[in-house]
Amino acid sequence: MSSYQIMTGNEACARAAIASGMRFFAGYPITPATEIAELCSELLPQVDGVFMQMEDELASMGAVIGASVTGKKAMTATSGPGFSLMQENLGYAHMNEIPCVIVDVMRKGPSGGSATLPAQADIMQTKWGTHGDFRSLVLAPNSVEEIYHETIRAFNLAEKYRQPVIMIYDAVLAHMSEKILVPDPEELEIIDRAKPESRENYLPFHYDDSKVQPLGSFGQGYRIHLSGLTHDETGFPVSNQNTTGLQILIHHLFDKIDDNYDEDIKKYEAYCCDDADVLVVSIGITSRSAKSAVRQARAMGIKAGLFRPITMWPFPHKDFSRINLHAKAVVTAEMNNGQLNQVAIEDIDRSQKLYVKNLYDGNQIRDVDILNTIIEANKYEG
Amino acid sequence: MKDNLYEKYLVDSAMPTMWCPGCGNGIVLQSIIRAVDELGLDQDRTVFVSGIGCSSRAVNYLNFDCMHTNHGRAIAFATGIKMSDPDLKVIVLTGDGDCASIGGNHLIHACRRNIDLTVICMNNSNYGMTGGQFSPTTPLGSQTKTSVYGSYEPPFDLCELTASAGATYVARAATYLPVQMKEMIKKAIMHHGLSFVDCASDCPSLFGRLNRRGDAGQMMLGWKDRLVSVKQAETMSREDLEGKVVWGEFVNSSERIEYTDVYRQNIARAKESVNG
Repeated sequence: MSSYQIMTGNEACARAAIASGMRFFAGYPITPATEIAELCSELLPQVDGVFMQMEDELASMGAVIGASVTGKKAMTATSGPGFSLMQENLGYAHMNEIPCVIVDVMRKGPSGGSATLPAQADIMQTKWGTHGDFRSLVLAPNSVEEIYHETIRAFNLAEKYRQPVIMIYDAVLAHMSEKILVPDPEELEIIDRAKPESRENYLPFHYDDSKVQPLGSFGQGYRIHLSGLTHDETGFPVSNQNTTGLQILIHHLFDKIDDNYDEDIKKYEAYCCDDADVLVVSIGITSRSAKSAVRQARAMGIKAGLFRPITMWPFPHKDFSRINLHAKAVVTAEMNNGQLNQVAIEDIDRSQKLYVKNLYDGNQIRDVDILNTIIEANKYEG
Repeated sequence: MKDNLYEKYLVDSAMPTMWCPGCGNGIVLQSIIRAVDELGLDQDRTVFVSGIGCSSRAVNYLNFDCMHTNHGRAIAFATGIKMSDPDLKVIVLTGDGDCASIGGNHLIHACRRNIDLTVICMNNSNYGMTGGQFSPTTPLGSQTKTSVYGSYEPPFDLCELTASAGATYVARAATYLPVQMKEMIKKAIMHHGLSFVDCASDCPSLFGRLNRRGDAGQMMLGWKDRLVSVKQAETMSREDLEGKVVWGEFVNSSERIEYTDVYRQNIARAKESVNG
């Protein structure tokens, strides 16, 4: 039965993960993500799941991948400094198409930064953090309730497309309490990874097209070879002379996401966008100030709108380009030095002006400050 | 010559190996295969995990579920596998640089937990794949590509390291003693807890050449004078042991509880707290 409950963002994340069938969590204590680990350490053993506090974040990400290849839904949660350490093994998960979920609760950086202050400055890191070519799948919820649902979507996408999925939200959402409707577990749409049809001649990879090859589990007789080295469909390393083989793997990592993006992966909120002269782009806690600013601008007679990517990466460029076509100005509101701004600039033309309302002193951006930027942007004549 | 063991345990299409002629890794791999065969392990329930380096390439030749992971991280991946399916035999193949330098933290924490992994280190006292740089087990004074005036960093004794970190089976084997190596690997695999086998090995192409140790055959013969059994070592003075390599079992204990068993108890306590 669904029920209303009051909980924090981190609690919603942990509870939704377990409702999704997550049965392995490995992590390392870090502010402001620690409560997810704490709750998992309490709840997972109750359902025969495993919680492991590893020696560091490198190990946490490695253990998560190890658990996933035995067929378990696995996750970790961290913040910027730990997320940096995870990049190495995150690349391995991309390379071998291992489903897993990584939560990055964003605090102010760079480096140790300010552990208890919120930020939204890992947006670009979640896209390009690990080395090489790959397609990041990143979700960015803006409320406790949305954290619950996006956590479930993160596991579903990870299992369906056989790859790591990252969820980002700021320290404010992590620690704020809100009333949410917790769905009846029976009514949740939960996707489990496809199983191979047969063990005979099983290949762990498929590179001909964007079809996702079912992943067999270790210990079940598939005789699977996985390697961080460039490999062919057998999982064995490809020779440096095989130039086709060296490229086809990379194509597949992009195609499996891009070919399913419009129908299944992209998600955004477009609020009052249809006739908007000024469009605000924002994610996470800041998007809530932005929405309030848009409402106030409308009350003043300014045609403002809000475009909020929920699938942050890949960014819904096509949709945003179409939606902003008639706007004269775009404002990005963000707790960093202009990362969304760099994304938005790709989708506007020279006649449109780009503004930024940002703050990276650890404070949240107030709606009135975004409103003032909207008012200023509205004066632009084009 | 292809025998039954070759057909059963090795991947023909992955041959030949990338190892140089005279490399000790082949002897270690053969000892592992013979050990697995003599123990009658279920091939479908035995998993090999490795990191990066010449040693770690071994999993690319094995006909099991195999995971060739990132440099130093094999034990971390293996921990996730073992905790998710505790009935699996999980064997980690690693090298001295892989497990004692970049992966040193994972090694000592796996020992501390006493998780039931078998860690087999092919210890050739240098980084072979990158061309022969000094490793954490390179003897003082050795010539390597990054210690051209002689190695000046004191080496680890990996058996002392793992024993003091809490491993409950610790042994040193040598490629000069392949039968004993196989027997120790068998014991390590059957041991319930973290087992570590340090396999003293040679890199004739790099470490041997740079230190004028002769060819692979001469290097192998050199072990005859340097190897001393644990029993012999007990009667020798510290001066006599200078430059010697002690082989045999250092730890074989069932006193400490194993980690997957510990976690089962944790699950039982969690359920008890819920059910009152």
